[in-house]
Amino acid sequence: MSDIIRLTAAELGEKLAAGEISSVEATQAHLDRIAAVDGDVHAFLHVNEHALDAAREIDARRAAGEQFGPIAGVPLAIKDVLVTTDQPSTSGSKILEGYMSPFDATVVARSRAAGLIALGKTNMDEFAMGSSTEHSAYGPTRNPWDFDRIPGGSGGGSAAAVAAFEAPLALGSDTGGSIRQPAHVTGTVGIKPTYGGVSRYGAIALASSLDQVGPVTRTVLDAGLLHDVIGGHDPKDSTSLDEQWPSFAAAAREGASGQVLKGLKVGVIKELPDSGFQTGVAASFRESLALMEAQGAEIVEISAPHFEYGVAAYYLILPAEASSNLAKFDSVRFGLRVTPDGTPTVEDVMSATREAGFGPEVKRRIILGTYALSAGYYDAYYGSAQKVRTLIQRDFDAAFAQVDVIATPSAPTTAFKIGEKIDDPLQMYLNDLTTIPANLAGVPGISIPSGLAAEDGLPVGIQFLAPAREDARLYRVGAALEAALVDSWGAPLLDRAPVLEGGNR
Amino acid sequence: MATAKLMDYDKALELFEPVLGFEVHVELNTRTKMFSDAPNPANEEFHGAEPNTLIAAVDLGLPGSLPVVNATAVRSSISLGLALGCSIAESSRFARKNYFYPDLGKNYQISQYDEPIAYEGSVEVELEDGTLVTIPIERAHMEEDAGKLTHMGGATGRIQGAEYSLVDYNRAGVPLVEIVTKPIFGAEHRAPEIAKAYVAAIRDIVRGLGISEARLERGNLRCDANVSLRPRGQEKLGTRTETKNVNSMRSVERAVRYEIQRQAQILADGGSITQETRHWHEDTGTTSPGRPKSDADDYRYFPEPDLLPVQPARELVEELRAALPEQPVARRRRLKADWGFADIEFQGVVNAGLLDEVEATIAAGATPATARKWWMSEISRIANAQERDAAELITPADVAALQGLVDAGTLTDKLARQVLEGVIAGEGTPQQVVDARGLAVVSDDGALIAAIDEALAAQPDVLAKIKDGKVQAAGAVIGAVMKAMKGQADAARVRELILERAAQ
Repeated sequence: MSDIIRLTAAELGEKLAAGEISSVEATQAHLDRIAAVDGDVHAFLHVNEHALDAAREIDARRAAGEQFGPIAGVPLAIKDVLVTTDQPSTSGSKILEGYMSPFDATVVARSRAAGLIALGKTNMDEFAMGSSTEHSAYGPTRNPWDFDRIPGGSGGGSAAAVAAFEAPLALGSDTGGSIRQPAHVTGTVGIKPTYGGVSRYGAIALASSLDQVGPVTRTVLDAGLLHDVIGGHDPKDSTSLDEQWPSFAAAAREGASGQVLKGLKVGVIKELPDSGFQTGVAASFRESLALMEAQGAEIVEISAPHFEYGVAAYYLILPAEASSNLAKFDSVRFGLRVTPDGTPTVEDVMSATREAGFGPEVKRRIILGTYALSAGYYDAYYGSAQKVRTLIQRDFDAAFAQVDVIATPSAPTTAFKIGEKIDDPLQMYLNDLTTIPANLAGVPGISIPSGLAAEDGLPVGIQFLAPAREDARLYRVGAALEAALVDSWGAPLLDRAPVLEGGNR
Repeated sequence: MATAKLMDYDKALELFEPVLGFEVHVELNTRTKMFSDAPNPANEEFHGAEPNTLIAAVDLGLPGSLPVVNATAVRSSISLGLALGCSIAESSRFARKNYFYPDLGKNYQISQYDEPIAYEGSVEVELEDGTLVTIPIERAHMEEDAGKLTHMGGATGRIQGAEYSLVDYNRAGVPLVEIVTKPIFGAEHRAPEIAKAYVAAIRDIVRGLGISEARLERGNLRCDANVSLRPRGQEKLGTRTETKNVNSMRSVERAVRYEIQRQAQILADGGSITQETRHWHEDTGTTSPGRPKSDADDYRYFPEPDLLPVQPARELVEELRAALPEQPVARRRRLKADWGFADIEFQGVVNAGLLDEVEATIAAGATPATARKWWMSEISRIANAQERDAAELITPADVAALQGLVDAGTLTDKLARQVLEGVIAGEGTPQQVVDARGLAVVSDDGALIAAIDEALAAQPDVLAKIKDGKVQAAGAVIGAVMKAMKGQADAARVRELILERAAQ
């Protein structure tokens, strides 16, 4: 295995800037890695045939004296929910097989402008509906820690790509945990920014009021570097905040080097008792809290009485918005078209296309959402769910009046086996128990690796939540704990992952 | 299509009370669309563009695209709301109206549902005899238009029987304001007339505001007319029909009349009205059933999560209120008083559609009476004869200049009419026509006296009669002099001079 792929994005960026490595070398190393291991991992739906051209261009411009930001020339994996002009964008669905977008998502355009090299498009649950990437129309992604297990979802492809050293950086999207839960089960870092902190323009919408694009990386600093590139106001997204954001990379550096944990008040939610989590998950969580306490943090028990209704409210709001967002996939203007025999009407064609083009989980949620929005049921379902959302926001307001950040385990269990929960949607939905409240309230959340569960040796993550617009606080706290943990382990957690040589399957 | 049986109109009104309601869609003429930066075909500059050339990703509902509200369209909508006497919402929200149709790129329309930008207003409309009727307005809300389908291969141009359909998304996303009235009671016999006057009033308002091209034949203004009947003495409203596709003021009038007669016959025969949309057919003057519509139509409205609520600053609302042009009805009231016209005179001008022209003519210096006289008599006569609009024939400035020449004694009324013809024929301004045709009144007494002496010499008996006091005998000489002067003399002055000569 080439050393280049073990570098963090920050390290690689420095070597690129110093001329020790070219972007072509860095990109080629990752393409080689993908060629070697992705047959097993299946993190990528598409590998960008233009990647080396883009790398060559950056090298040439750098040679010509152009000044770049800190991660120019570094390869980037892109979740397939984000539209790209140089590669197909399918959102993991058959209905968009081969679809070429006439425009780049804003985060993709900003990444290109910053000199990042688009390496390929990563696998995901169809239209980001799922917690395991098993609902991809193009087959599941496998967890690099154990190929029999799921890499989380919906952004399992991005998390697995980063965990398998196929890319140092990836973009994800998080509607109810799709960045943070995969980070948890793959031993990587994932951030869901404040709602409106990163443009949604060009992110194929699942649930518009919940979706947020964010970084997927191996270190908190790398996430900050990528967040600095993709974040900030975008006039093309009306829900984007018009706000001057601090440097998140700087916040991460401050967290790693300073005394951030000293006096930090960390809230722990009493309504999420350890008994609700797998033993090793709860144990890892407590160890992290103890480590923070040892560094001067104060652990405060807080109450968030409405969090328990979060999953139920989420599974009304999300399907409702999704049922409307996915109506555009009708074969009339783009995408798959299935024409039934005989003399079909346009309605027949739309119907046959959607029948053939959508997978079972997508159909399930469209039906659920259509029902929830129907006249006579709207108030009982969508209306009530929106009220729960307000109550959860109030829980957060009350909590943040007492504490600086809230900590939870990132998910209830470690990576489960592929196929284990595929026929039990409710069990699948409960995976997002601790991540969903942040989406409902619009607050930022981060998941960083906290260790391995003793019983199965699989990675566990800890999640921190902060008030809206306080993303920088998450980078400081996350980087501080990351530094303490890596120090205690003697090496990054991913060093303990199985070494993939390819051809295992 | 079977022709419906129609009850005699007067008989229908005897048995039933018609209740009206209107939904008028106004296409705004902003440069770009409601939610995208594509050019707006409802703006004069982009009208008539080739199909599917005025489109952005949002208009096609491409994956990842997002709407952004057109701030100018919001301002136009607020101005329209204010002109309709509405309150402007402090917070207004867009909502998605979900339904599948191939002309709708996203398969939902971004509209407004329970939080419209403007609500609770009224508009005064004026019937042809000057009667004022107040139409209560429930709301005016912002939305986007859909694309346009052309059904090919069928006999009727309708989707039924068509082999395939073409979709033009140019119109998709054109900014619309939908104005919804409350139920209109008490229209009685004048229901069709009120319908027409209401559409005319909306057209005048949006034109006055300059927010729409307001051309009905282009669909800039589209009226859906709701009509229901209830038996005399019954409180409960009858079942309504909504007649769509009525795109001229005359059609609105005819469609309402037709629906009253059609529904009355059905009800009188013991039948019931189907709640449905109906299509208006200009050629046959009839309506036919469209799709059934019920209150249970489920569009699964919910707040548009891609857009923030529209919360216009109060200062903006007040700024727009202060900039509102005078309301058409108020303006007419003011002009009538200023000009001192009798009811019938003023209404004549209004009905001829010459209010603007008369006003401009007065502004250019003519008196109200002379301005009205020119436009309503001579110019209208020529317009009729040429089958053209009076306003196209001559500018108000030229009319005022023409009258100025009369007032200065340069032209007699008769000469002025000749000059008018010259101006209309494109020979230039009134002064240019006078100069070119040599039409000015001869005010040189010497020339007149020479002509008079010649005429008197030719009719010596006349001079004797005048000297005897038979002054009326001068008429014969005046005629001769006027003829000699080719009409370019002031007859009164000629008469004076004849009497002076006779007295010598």
